[in-house]
Amino acid sequence: MHTALYAATRTLRAVFVVWAAFTLTFVALRLLPGDPVALMLSGRGGFAELTAQQVAQARTELGLDRPLIVQYGSALADALHGDLGASLQTGQPVSRMIADALLPTFQVGTLALLLALMLGTLLGVAANLTASPLLRQLLRSLPSVAVSLPSFWVGLVLIQFLSFRWHLFPSLGDSGFDSVILPACTMAIPGAALVAQVLGKSLHTTLQEPYADTVRATGAGRVRLLFGHGLRNAAIPAATVAGMLVGSLIGGAVVVETVFSRPGMGRITQSAVSAQDLPVVQGVVVVAALAFAVVNLLIDLLYPVLDPRIRATGRLVTT
Amino acid sequence: MTTPSPLPVEPAEEPARLHRVFRVPLRSPGVTLSVLVLVLVLGWALVPDWFSSRSPLTGLPADRFQPPSSHHFFGTDHMGRDIYARVVHGAALSLRATALAILIALGGGVILGLVAGFFGSWADAVIMRAVEVTMSVPPLLLSLTLVTALGVGTGQIAVAIGATSVAAFTRVMRAEVLRVRAAPYVEAAILCGARWWRILPRYILPSAFGPVLALAALDFGLVVLAVSSLGFLGYGEPPPAPEWGSLVADGRNYLATAWWLTTLPSLTVAVVVLAANRLSRVFEAEGGHR
Repeated sequence: MHTALYAATRTLRAVFVVWAAFTLTFVALRLLPGDPVALMLSGRGGFAELTAQQVAQARTELGLDRPLIVQYGSALADALHGDLGASLQTGQPVSRMIADALLPTFQVGTLALLLALMLGTLLGVAANLTASPLLRQLLRSLPSVAVSLPSFWVGLVLIQFLSFRWHLFPSLGDSGFDSVILPACTMAIPGAALVAQVLGKSLHTTLQEPYADTVRATGAGRVRLLFGHGLRNAAIPAATVAGMLVGSLIGGAVVVETVFSRPGMGRITQSAVSAQDLPVVQGVVVVAALAFAVVNLLIDLLYPVLDPRIRATGRLVTT
Repeated sequence: MTTPSPLPVEPAEEPARLHRVFRVPLRSPGVTLSVLVLVLVLGWALVPDWFSSRSPLTGLPADRFQPPSSHHFFGTDHMGRDIYARVVHGAALSLRATALAILIALGGGVILGLVAGFFGSWADAVIMRAVEVTMSVPPLLLSLTLVTALGVGTGQIAVAIGATSVAAFTRVMRAEVLRVRAAPYVEAAILCGARWWRILPRYILPSAFGPVLALAALDFGLVVLAVSSLGFLGYGEPPPAPEWGSLVADGRNYLATAWWLTTLPSLTVAVVVLAANRLSRVFEAEGGHR
């Protein structure tokens, strides 16, 4: 019963997030000082001079002469049917462009997420497992160094050494699994640092709780205490962070795909922003928010499995 | 009319706290180094000519692609321009954008947080719903959306990044205002008949300002990274301007032959961010003593 209520509220929340992203981008993009219609006509036809009549006609065709609230309503209705409009640059349907770009980004993103979780967990656990204070200090400060590195640089360094110098991986473009590895590593580093920081801290806290003393009193060693008891108790904050990671990965894809000249969502975003191609930018944000919301919904639904207190009350218990 | 402070304890406490903050650098070499880095970069931004006598925009074609040396600390690019001079002169652009973004986030967050926390009811409801909506979109994507709407340029980048962070600042400020608002001295002020335009700046703002200021310090490194990332993507000033991110983007074409073009400007960004993050953690820890 509680679990059903919990699942229902979380699902509503996910729907809200997607709607919010749509509305926010709609509002932000309509604040545009430039004129999208003139931009579109000059981009497509190549005519430098446009008569006022032409502009007005295009405006009517696109429905841009209607009141904002009507435009918003019809755009929202179209979006619900999967129609995100057409690109101002090429005239291609946005949903088609995104569908084509989704797979390459999904490949890199999934691998990056896995790497980030694995690396972050490893680092967070190792920092709490080691008995040497020096090593612990080192493992704890590693994540804060990692988050300070600009990800475009990490990518360029990887290309420099692993592609140019040692010829281990292809440097640019999209050519099978080999070309996914370097972009995924680049994307994973800030995420791994975040997971390591949060998991490390939450493990440290939970290992000081009374139950940990009880476990120690039974004669359990560090390893059993950590893996048998601590890790599960520390998992909730780490799971929350993993959900946030998906959001930062989508943002990170823009930089990483530009560095590695890979096709994908990030690439179409990068060029759409330069060209002020509103429908494409809006489409990307909505799809990104959808992915973000779905992953977070899954993680929310995972909480009751991880934490029996949520199963009992239907609420997140914070201690 | 100026009234003496009602709390005589406060002036006595102030020097002690300052003392503690200034003593911190001596305790740890990492913090000292961070302070030095930030002072140096601030110097670059304010008086670039003291640090580099070369021009950031013109170079000698004969000096093309010189690797780093005592003559050219950071080497030269395809036009013979000195990269060190470009990084030094770029500091002003990058740091100005960072400062502007943080000011926007701070200003917007403080005002919205004060209104939401103090007036409550529908103002609170509207503002906090808007905050929730903003925070549900990944920050870099939101910034990119705003750049789309505003156009390219360092100022536009700064506005986009600043506006993206307003929500987080509003949330922290509101929570603090709610706490301070319940304090007896604020109630006393309200009972004495003081109006909101007097209470907000005089009684609430000074006590509620600490946490957002700490957040601004924490945000500094992130904003430097975001500014340089957007610069790298090509949304900063047009080409000859030596903004840090666009320096790296320019150097990308010569990655195989001239490693210094990308590495040294990127390293500068990384060191500045690292120093800022280190210091902000010290401020956070010291602020926690209050």
